[in-house]
Amino acid sequence: MAFNLILFYLFAAIAVGTTLLVVVQSNPVHSVLLLIGSFIGLAGLYVLLEAPFVAVIQIIVYAGAIMVLFLFVVMLLNAPREAIVRSSMLESGATRAVGALLALAFAAELAWALTRSRTLAMSHAGDTPAFSVPQIGQRIFQEYAFAFEATSILILVAMVGAITLAGRHLSKNDQGHNG
Amino acid sequence: MADLNHYLILSGLLFTIGTAGVLLRRNVITVLLSIEVMLNAVNLTFIAFGRFLGSSDGQIIVFFVITVAAAEAAVGLALVIALFRHVETLNPDAFRQLRG
Repeated sequence: MAFNLILFYLFAAIAVGTTLLVVVQSNPVHSVLLLIGSFIGLAGLYVLLEAPFVAVIQIIVYAGAIMVLFLFVVMLLNAPREAIVRSSMLESGATRAVGALLALAFAAELAWALTRSRTLAMSHAGDTPAFSVPQIGQRIFQEYAFAFEATSILILVAMVGAITLAGRHLSKNDQGHNG
Repeated sequence: MADLNHYLILSGLLFTIGTAGVLLRRNVITVLLSIEVMLNAVNLTFIAFGRFLGSSDGQIIVFFVITVAAAEAAVGLALVIALFRHVETLNPDAFRQLRG
């Protein structure tokens, strides 16, 4: 059982470390690539949580498709390194004081909630198998059939919207960039 | 065995990093990436609760969250491309032409 805990800390360290690097990187290409590392760490955690279906979806859809889309856009726009600009809002002392106070209150709340809560033991650990892909598929197509259909419409709308938003300038290149 | 609180703390940590990214970064693409981080933190919570309560609902809702995230990324990146054509920058502070 201790082996599981070691794996948890390993994957958690990968996820948190790469995510922190994503946020502090100034080069967007590095950010995208590091986020893929974060997703791989999360996929490992999903395997530990006996959710292999979601782990595979995470790798294929998130790391494989969504991040490639991001990378494609970053390279298409030839995104420059972000200049370090000190935002004037962060400079003012009052904003910082209020922010620090809110952060402290939030941390105290979290600590209070987590120490007070009765933690759930892994229910029936070991004797029930992980939910298999057929089981999940049956539930999605029976109980959640409406949500599934609604999601397909959402994807269709997103596809049409993306094409309308990004593609409409193709025929009027002569207008220049002064928008 | 890692218990539920481990996963919840980790998820809170990831969500906080994502929020900090949204608030502090001045690059629209990194802001979108930070939103993905926040979505993933929530997904971890769903999976952890689903596992510890012995239900497969967590995994099913994560499936839907991932589809919504894909749609969000597609529309968000299309908006970024359209905005970049107008102002030639990715700094969100530059997008202020709708101000009255």
